[in-house]
Amino acid sequence: MTRPVGAASHGAEVRPRAQGGRAPDVFSRDGTVAMREFRDSDAVDFAIVGTGCGGGVLAAKLAEAGFSVVALDAGPFWRPLADFASDEREQDKLYWLDERVSGGEDAIELGSNNSGRCIGGTTVHFQMVSLRFRPEWFKARTKLGYGFDWPVDWRTMWRYYAEVENACKISGPISYPWGPPRGRYPYRAHEVNAAGLVLARGAEALGVAWAPTPLCTVSAPHGKSPPCVYRGLCKIGCSTNAKQSVLIAFIPRALAAGAEMRDLAMVGRVETDGNGRATGVHYHRSGEWRFQRARNVVVSGYSIETPRLLLNSASPQHPDGLANSSGAVGRYLMVHSNHAVWGEFDEEIRWYKGPPSMACCEHWNYVDDHPTKDFFGGYSFMSQGPLPTDFATSMVTNSGVFGMDLRRRMANYNRMAGLKIVGETQPQAENRVTLADEADEFGIPRAHVAFSYCDNDKRLYRHSLTFMRRMLAAAGGRNIFETESTAHLMGGCRMGLSPDDSVTDADGRTWDVPNLFVCDGSLMPTASGVNPAMTIMANSARIADRIKALAAAGDL
Amino acid sequence: MSTPFRTPYPTYNVLDKWDSPSFNDQTREVIGRRLDEVPPRRFFDAIQWATLLAVCNRVIPQPERRHDERVPIAPWLDAALHERRGTGTRYADMPTDRRSWKQGLDAIDAEARVRHGLRFAALAADVQDAVLKAIDDGDVRAGEAWAGLPPKRFFRHLVLKEIVRIYYVHPAAMSEVGYGGPASPRGYVRLGVDAIDPWEAPRGRWPGENDE
Ligand SMILES: Cc1cc2nc3c(=O)[nH]c(=O)nc-3n(C[C@H](O)[C@H](O)[C@H](O)COP(=O)(O)OP(=O)(O)OC[C@H]3O[C@@H](n4cnc5c(N)ncnc54)[C@H](O)[C@@H]3O)c2cc1C
Ligand code: SF4
Repeated sequence: MTRPVGAASHGAEVRPRAQGGRAPDVFSRDGTVAMREFRDSDAVDFAIVGTGCGGGVLAAKLAEAGFSVVALDAGPFWRPLADFASDEREQDKLYWLDERVSGGEDAIELGSNNSGRCIGGTTVHFQMVSLRFRPEWFKARTKLGYGFDWPVDWRTMWRYYAEVENACKISGPISYPWGPPRGRYPYRAHEVNAAGLVLARGAEALGVAWAPTPLCTVSAPHGKSPPCVYRGLCKIGCSTNAKQSVLIAFIPRALAAGAEMRDLAMVGRVETDGNGRATGVHYHRSGEWRFQRARNVVVSGYSIETPRLLLNSASPQHPDGLANSSGAVGRYLMVHSNHAVWGEFDEEIRWYKGPPSMACCEHWNYVDDHPTKDFFGGYSFMSQGPLPTDFATSMVTNSGVFGMDLRRRMANYNRMAGLKIVGETQPQAENRVTLADEADEFGIPRAHVAFSYCDNDKRLYRHSLTFMRRMLAAAGGRNIFETESTAHLMGGCRMGLSPDDSVTDADGRTWDVPNLFVCDGSLMPTASGVNPAMTIMANSARIADRIKALAAAGDL
Repeated sequence: MSTPFRTPYPTYNVLDKWDSPSFNDQTREVIGRRLDEVPPRRFFDAIQWATLLAVCNRVIPQPERRHDERVPIAPWLDAALHERRGTGTRYADMPTDRRSWKQGLDAIDAEARVRHGLRFAALAADVQDAVLKAIDDGDVRAGEAWAGLPPKRFFRHLVLKEIVRIYYVHPAAMSEVGYGGPASPRGYVRLGVDAIDPWEAPRGRWPGENDE
């Protein structure tokens, strides 16, 4: 049974909208577009599980290449213009709220914090910060002495970053201060809001560079998307379609090219035959279990659901879970440390206006030798604009403040500014997803997530707190306090150069099952010091081209 | 000890924008229901409910509001648990949310009785505060009542967190902090420091500045 979370448009949470040859037109309030449909008994070229940065991008590109594609997502198919309210609680409907067990020494918050559940995936509520890796990170082990090498060359990734940045019409500065030259961003940078100007002031006082953040929301009209109106509710879903989420930028492309989207379709198992090859997926939709046949299966459920599905698809040929002969499925799960400093200012900043992170600083991603740098890896940090409950929850969970004290501190909301890191954590084998003893409403074992920081991770975030505290003070902040949290998920089914220590090869193809692929954030061998969405999208765009090449060579 | 609460924005009310382009239909629907359809108690028993009301009162005291103007919090907590609306996270050292809440409220009550021989709801406000602070410090005396439930995690990650998640989506709370509130289809135009659109709260009255 599916229980709706929202009050508005809750029908979308209960009954599939993509059926009968039509799918929602995301640019309308109630319209539809034509959708090609496949029968369960059709062995489609690709059944893709999940429609976020991984699955959504891949579905569009594979359908455009002429493959038959069915993409399934456990969540609803929204029309943002009619379905998204300006209300933090209503918009809980965007998140993966099903219970998962979180353990380890530094158990992480799941749900709204890092997992979406709808067509378009987590990008429907992501904050649109669109950064690229530092080139050396793709060879972190050989070049920088930590982590794990990616099986991909940075120059290849650079081309795919450009492709997805263009598809999303990223709005960014004319020249970006860090890393090798990149082409112009497709759209001009947004005006930096007051919260961002605090970062700028602090950076200038400390003599480090800063930049208007390249953002995945348009600064001028694009197709049917109007320019961003700076309503600042991006983290609970953009109701104007300015944000170029996967739902807006890729799903319409996928549909137009003949891919089928199945909303409210929870995949429980990937089936394999006696030869150990994948034959399709078992999924639950409209109250019953069904089986979609497929020549190839792609798992794109993100760092928790992808390993969970593979582990739950164990078979006599794959007793420890599909594609798990290395034992790496579920392991090397990473987050970003998300430590922050907050201060009060004399001015009214009103950080609720505009996308939440309009200015950024990647200084410490590009410094290797410095007397204070006592850690491997990097971190970036951005200006902040938390919505009221978001700010209140981080205050109460970090300090335990309550009562009139809390109300008084919250009343400073409009005079606050903050800086928060996206801090790299190291890939550790024991940070992992396993199956819990209890099952969810579909009878699928729940995910158990274990996470603990290592000493390097702790040195990194401590360094960032010291630095950001200085910067915020230099910008005029008073009564500065710190909070900690985590953001994003990376890894869990890493790609690599050897079947001994990775789940897939460079093409996302699992080492053990030749017609089973992984394509999402779980492939990431290292976390980096930047937000992951552009890297996941670029990697997916690259994998799509690799799959086309494999097919052309008769190797699929 | 506690000076009364004063909002910097006494003249501002986000609901004044109800008919303006800052509100769209779906937002009016959602907020309208929040104001008009406060759910009945279905999940907690009567004693837990009394404890919960008292806890909400200490976490978000609203003495400056008339009774019928106070933002209801407990009914929404009850409704979320009744509807099994999840949060996506169950910490491995905690029972499920539904079990944690019931056990936790019973434990708060037990704590009050061990310390003061009275129900939590019957204690004076400052004594209630002290009990909650002790729980937040992990300094609990009603040992058995807390078995399998880490007091501090329960207090911060369920009690405080869920209460503020309900309070600060209410229009009265948005207004008191000067938050712009609903903003679609119209967003904002003036993004700079001290730059205020006419449909935002006017500049706040900050202590020591433009105090009357
Ligand atoms: C609040 C927030 C802010 C963020 N901000 C940024 C940012 O500013 N910049 C940035 O770069 N990144 C940001 N991110 C991270 C970014 O959104 C994710 O890293 C990215 O979306 C992951 O892509 P993915 O394809 O791996 O997974 P997702 O986008 O999560 O897509 C996975 C999809 O698979 C579906 N699914 C999973 N399992 C199943 C199953 N068994 N059956 C059917 N469907 C299934 C899910 O419903 C989901 O829709 C943010 C994330 C959050 C939560
Ligand atoms: S600020 Fe821009 S991107 Fe964010 S929700 Fe508003 S219109 Fe969408």
